[in-house]
Amino acid sequence: MKFVDEYRDPAMAHQFRRELARITTRPWTIMEVCGGQTHAIVKFGIDELLPPQVRLIHGPGCPVCVTSLELIDQALDIASRPGVIFCSFGDMLRVPGSQKDLLSVKASGGDVRVLYSPLDAVRIAAQNPGREVVFFAVGFETTAPTTAMAVCQAARLGLKNFSLLVSHVLVPPAMEGLLSDPECQVQAFLAAGHVCAVMGYEEYLPIAARLRVPIVVTGFEPLDILHGILMCIRQLESGRAEVENQYSRAVRREGNLPARQMLGEIFRVVDRKWRGVGEIPGSGLALAEPYRAFDAALKFGVSQLSVNEPAECQSGLVLKGRIKPAECGAFGTRCTPEHPLGATMVSSEGACAAYYRYRRDPSIIPNS
Amino acid sequence: MSTPASFQSACPFPIENYPQILLAHGGGGRLMHQLIQRMILPAFKNPWLDAQHDASVIEPGGSRLAFTTDSYVVRPMFFPGGDVGSLAVHGTVNDLAMAGAKPLYLSAGLIIEEGLPMETLWKILSSMQRAAQAAGVQIVTGDTKVVDRGKGDGVYINTAGIGVVEHSLSITPTSVRPGDVVLVSGDLGRHGIAIMAVREGLEFDTVIESDSAPLAAPVLALVEKGVEIHCLRDITRGGLTSVLNEIAEGAGHPIHIEETQVPIREDVRAACEILGLDPLQVACEGRMVAVVPEREVERVLDLWRGFGVSAGAAVIGRVAEKGTARVLIRSAIGAQRILEMGSGEQLPRIC
Repeated sequence: MKFVDEYRDPAMAHQFRRELARITTRPWTIMEVCGGQTHAIVKFGIDELLPPQVRLIHGPGCPVCVTSLELIDQALDIASRPGVIFCSFGDMLRVPGSQKDLLSVKASGGDVRVLYSPLDAVRIAAQNPGREVVFFAVGFETTAPTTAMAVCQAARLGLKNFSLLVSHVLVPPAMEGLLSDPECQVQAFLAAGHVCAVMGYEEYLPIAARLRVPIVVTGFEPLDILHGILMCIRQLESGRAEVENQYSRAVRREGNLPARQMLGEIFRVVDRKWRGVGEIPGSGLALAEPYRAFDAALKFGVSQLSVNEPAECQSGLVLKGRIKPAECGAFGTRCTPEHPLGATMVSSEGACAAYYRYRRDPSIIPNS
Repeated sequence: MSTPASFQSACPFPIENYPQILLAHGGGGRLMHQLIQRMILPAFKNPWLDAQHDASVIEPGGSRLAFTTDSYVVRPMFFPGGDVGSLAVHGTVNDLAMAGAKPLYLSAGLIIEEGLPMETLWKILSSMQRAAQAAGVQIVTGDTKVVDRGKGDGVYINTAGIGVVEHSLSITPTSVRPGDVVLVSGDLGRHGIAIMAVREGLEFDTVIESDSAPLAAPVLALVEKGVEIHCLRDITRGGLTSVLNEIAEGAGHPIHIEETQVPIREDVRAACEILGLDPLQVACEGRMVAVVPEREVERVLDLWRGFGVSAGAAVIGRVAEKGTARVLIRSAIGAQRILEMGSGEQLPRIC
């Protein structure tokens, strides 16, 4: 398949492998920020191709995983109400709140629908003027522009029955937050290519310079990831700390300007609580003042809901790269994709789910 | 009030886990597997059901018959490459074929939603008849019920089928031996993607048509030539992943698969990339897995390539002696991973 097979070529993969083995002289720890990359790494066994000195840790880049328990409970509360059509991306449905998940709400009679685009929710709202239609707007900078477009369209159509539970989060503040942790072991980052396709990579320049950390904007196919790791190691071995762009076929320095402009108009930056990590200043998007009428949390009066996370779930340590999923005592026993204790087990991009799906057999979990 | 010890009135399913049925319980993955293991098998316990074949082989009055049933609730009712009517015939014919049986007779139970246009019903019945004729079976008994508007998606169809078994093979996972070779009869995932494309309103350069088709002819060709078949399974919900896991579990031996050998059409792969789905978990309705001893591989490929429905047959892997994972797959870049049964419905990813 064009644009896929050429990035999964075994011969090229082994060239990267040899080059990595040749240039690596010391132990290095690299974090891939994005959950999509985590899945590709585990699915294709990319970590098995790396020299033993190179350690990958899986970052907090799964929007489903980091959505706070409060927001999930707010979503469950709204979705359970009669007359509401609750729309969500597919992988939010199985994410456990403190009591249940959206799939159970659906089984109990709630009208919960899986959509591929928030624009479909706008269409559903226009077709069902007698019903309240709510979209659960989850995701990083990657999905935020389509949410912004949905708000624009709903405003233009004058829809009164459409609202959004906005849970968008921003990557750069999370990276800074991780690096400010004194126990942080990360020496270089693979930055998420899709986020940068929207936002560009100018934001990373001060982070790389100030915190002396190489950041390589990286794609999602096996060869992209191997190439990104190679670029990181080259920088680390030569003592550089720069922002480089491996994913140049999709990412420009300035990103997608119309999308960024729309984000600036529809949203404002707020502090946001990340599941398992805690509050990170300036790491979330909320609707800007002129669009507050579309805020589902206000409309349904659920913004005061507050809950605590289950004590046994160590997803926070997994998201910070402190432990590997299999090192958690509940992994694969009390915590499985059917009964996840935390969101890292449920989302298709969560590190725990990736390990459960592809690596449960301990004999093929490489030492790291 | 006391209950006799021999009578188990308590629901055997751990109720604290699932107090009610979820859609995933019908999705062909782990939840459905658990439902069958913990509820259905204990409820009706008998050796035929316990064998968990696609069709049970029964021997009334000295004859050897295969018997099966399946229900069809596909939405939309019409899709590129088929409709609920042809599907209801193919699915049941295929379940019989997986016992190596020659399908003979079907029943048809129709549950029709109030308001369904007569013309639509006629189209479905005509399609059933054409499919039955092509598969060499007769629909010899049936039933119709009508339910209130809103209580069904147009029409649900149940078919049961009987076929005659004219071989003495034991076609079951327990016959599978280490060293056996695993084949598929053609490219995977077209049915699931055809349905999904209609539901999601996705358009591709070419229309992806369902692979829905009867598999009896290529199976009977193997039986007639005396090929030593160890196991056959048609690939339906849960895709190749579920079938391989079930075979490996029943066999007690792990299966090793080469990802690059699994035939998947370009457009299906592309659709899966876009939708965030794993093609190895996507449903088919006219594809099967066969496990045979190595010496039979060439004969199976030769015979299968003589039929349109199995022209794309390919060797995808091998049965190993032992291991801790049921199914291992070697990825395109050469690393191995577990091929784990999905939990239920595949949920589309965010980004």
